[in-house]
Amino acid sequence: MNYRRTLAYAAAVALTAGAGTAAAEGPVRIGVMNDMSGLYADLAGPGSVVAAEMAIEDIGGEVLGHPVDVLSADHQNRADLASTIARQWFDDDGVHAIFDVPNSSAALAVQELAREREKFFFISGAATSRLTGDSCSPTGVHWTYDTTSLANGTGQAVVQEGGDSWFFLTADYAFGHSLEEDVSAVVEEAGGQVMGSVRHPLDTQDFSSYLLQAQGSGAEIIGLANAGTDTTNAIRQAGEFGIVEAGQRLAGLLLFITDIHALGLEAAQDLVLTTGFYWNRNEETRAFAERFNERTGQMPTMVQAGVYSSTRHFLNAVEEAGTVDEAQAVMERVRANPVDDFFGDGGHVREDGRMVHDMYLVRVKSPEESEGEWDYYEVLRTIPGEEAYGAMEDGGCQYVN
Amino acid sequence: MERNHLILAVVAVVALLIAPHLLYSVFLMKVLCFALFACAFNLLLGYGGLLSFGHAAYFGSASYVTAHTMKVWGFTPELGIIAGMLAAALLGLVFGWLAIRRAGIYFAMVTLAFAQMVYFYALQAPFTGGEDGIQAVPRGELFGFIDLRDDISLYYFVLALFLIGFFVLYRTVYSPFGQVLKAIRENEPRAISLGYRTNHFKLATFVLSATFSGMAGAATVLVFQLASLTYVEWQMSGEVVLMTLLGGMGTVLGPVVGAALVVTLQTYLAPFGAWVTIILGVIFVICVLLFRRGIVGEALARFAFLKNDKAQLQRSDVAEATVTKEAAHDPVKPL
Repeated sequence: MNYRRTLAYAAAVALTAGAGTAAAEGPVRIGVMNDMSGLYADLAGPGSVVAAEMAIEDIGGEVLGHPVDVLSADHQNRADLASTIARQWFDDDGVHAIFDVPNSSAALAVQELAREREKFFFISGAATSRLTGDSCSPTGVHWTYDTTSLANGTGQAVVQEGGDSWFFLTADYAFGHSLEEDVSAVVEEAGGQVMGSVRHPLDTQDFSSYLLQAQGSGAEIIGLANAGTDTTNAIRQAGEFGIVEAGQRLAGLLLFITDIHALGLEAAQDLVLTTGFYWNRNEETRAFAERFNERTGQMPTMVQAGVYSSTRHFLNAVEEAGTVDEAQAVMERVRANPVDDFFGDGGHVREDGRMVHDMYLVRVKSPEESEGEWDYYEVLRTIPGEEAYGAMEDGGCQYVN
Repeated sequence: MERNHLILAVVAVVALLIAPHLLYSVFLMKVLCFALFACAFNLLLGYGGLLSFGHAAYFGSASYVTAHTMKVWGFTPELGIIAGMLAAALLGLVFGWLAIRRAGIYFAMVTLAFAQMVYFYALQAPFTGGEDGIQAVPRGELFGFIDLRDDISLYYFVLALFLIGFFVLYRTVYSPFGQVLKAIRENEPRAISLGYRTNHFKLATFVLSATFSGMAGAATVLVFQLASLTYVEWQMSGEVVLMTLLGGMGTVLGPVVGAALVVTLQTYLAPFGAWVTIILGVIFVICVLLFRRGIVGEALARFAFLKNDKAQLQRSDVAEATVTKEAAHDPVKPL
């Protein structure tokens, strides 16, 4: 489906290149790249593509007088494949901006290419705070959440409740490492103690040996520095081992609403987590979620809502700048415009690419409290953006300092 | 035969020289890298008769070494590639020395086991970056003055690497060394009785194959600017077997055709995600059922068959005709 469009476009590019015309403003083309079939497919996947398409419809389908094209691809959580696809999109298919890209390794690879080619990269799915830290890019925007905000949200909350000795179960790649590092910093700053950590490969089915190590560590809190089905598998298997009954507590550092849906409220109740978006928060979020639900049969995760919000913000900026080829002009608009939609609520894009917006610390409801399908969260606290994301100077982005 | 090769070689080189102006150059470079990898593998499988199921180890370790030396130690591209090839050769020497003591399925299993060791080392060692791989490797400047950041100049560099590798492998096959190798493949006890130290020949072939697999891996790093676990995974070892068998093992051009086919399918079927593997599997099954010699192998066999048919018309000796027909099915002269 996309393939045919790609081909047609490749032919068009070949023709225009042959004619030797200067960079005429053609249609704006965006690409949504994520895990379409693996462990992150539920939290991003095809739903993110739907979100991007909804955003385009909502601005009238056209930018700079041309319909906006959406391509999509599955990076299968492989950094090399992500890099290959991004390279082809930028060089051969005329893609101007890439969206989403969960899996921090893949996102870091795409960030490099986008920076080199001065193309736009709006990250929603990936978490590592390195994307606005040592790997920041003038054309990269980190939209939905990051490991710093998770640490300042969930990490902080758990420590305040008295959980001051931690053991981490960490997914062994860029994301897990970042999350463990950021949460450890929060724990230690609050006077807590990190007793150790164990790393597991991405997409693990059997957590028994890791959980036994966590159990043996004697830490009060077992921090799950992983995501998607890795987290849900770990929580389920921890239940089978009776870890929670034995007195230790689990802290899911990154949980999406689809994970709670998969776990069921019985298993997930009382988990505390941080999210950048909850569908059942106000009138606007509900309206968006209902529309999304009609098309996909699920409620949007923060990643999918973030793809919608970032796509819309980007396309508006392009329209205002009157060009998509001059990266600087577009980025000026991206930074100057406030993010005033149901997602951002007055957020703004910082110089280092961080979109600063409020985060929500929520508690998962018990089956009795829930008033219907997908009614899962009780918002405990709204974490102001400045507090959640920390100061820009601490990020370590080179061109800012 | 030699003259045919020369004509074919000239046509192919001209086609490759103008190709980047017609097709996406990164795609072409990927094809060239994998074609070289498959050719190196084919030397061992097609001519040495040794099925290694762990060639990703040499491809992948060379890619890590090249990426690390270029990114961290600031090597120029040519030095980085040489470092990668040396690493692959060394690894090939050690693993080959141990593996050639066994034959058949045991040889395959031993090589697979070694490759898995390399994989787990790459997963855990700090310098390889685990799941992240080594990213953002600078392409650098060749010999200090040719900027490889330009895709077209990189293409010609990769093409040169491919042609060097291909030529060396081709010369090896058509040398006395290659003849002895084929003799060992066909009948090892007989080669021993003729006075050949077959283990020396096998080891030399193994190292040569590993070295050029390493060259392919190193070139891939230049193209994609990263080295990742994908390159050392067992799937990569399987992929090169698939390329070689599809194209036709034991033929010089077979691996090139096989690699081009597999890479093209992977690229253009990418929108179907996980289905690519299934489609490739189906193609492989069809290949095994219908043309076991692979694409090039089958084409050559048909070609030889036609020639023999013409010869028969002049003779009209039925009994002899059947004999020639059967002879045509024997392993044909490789192209």
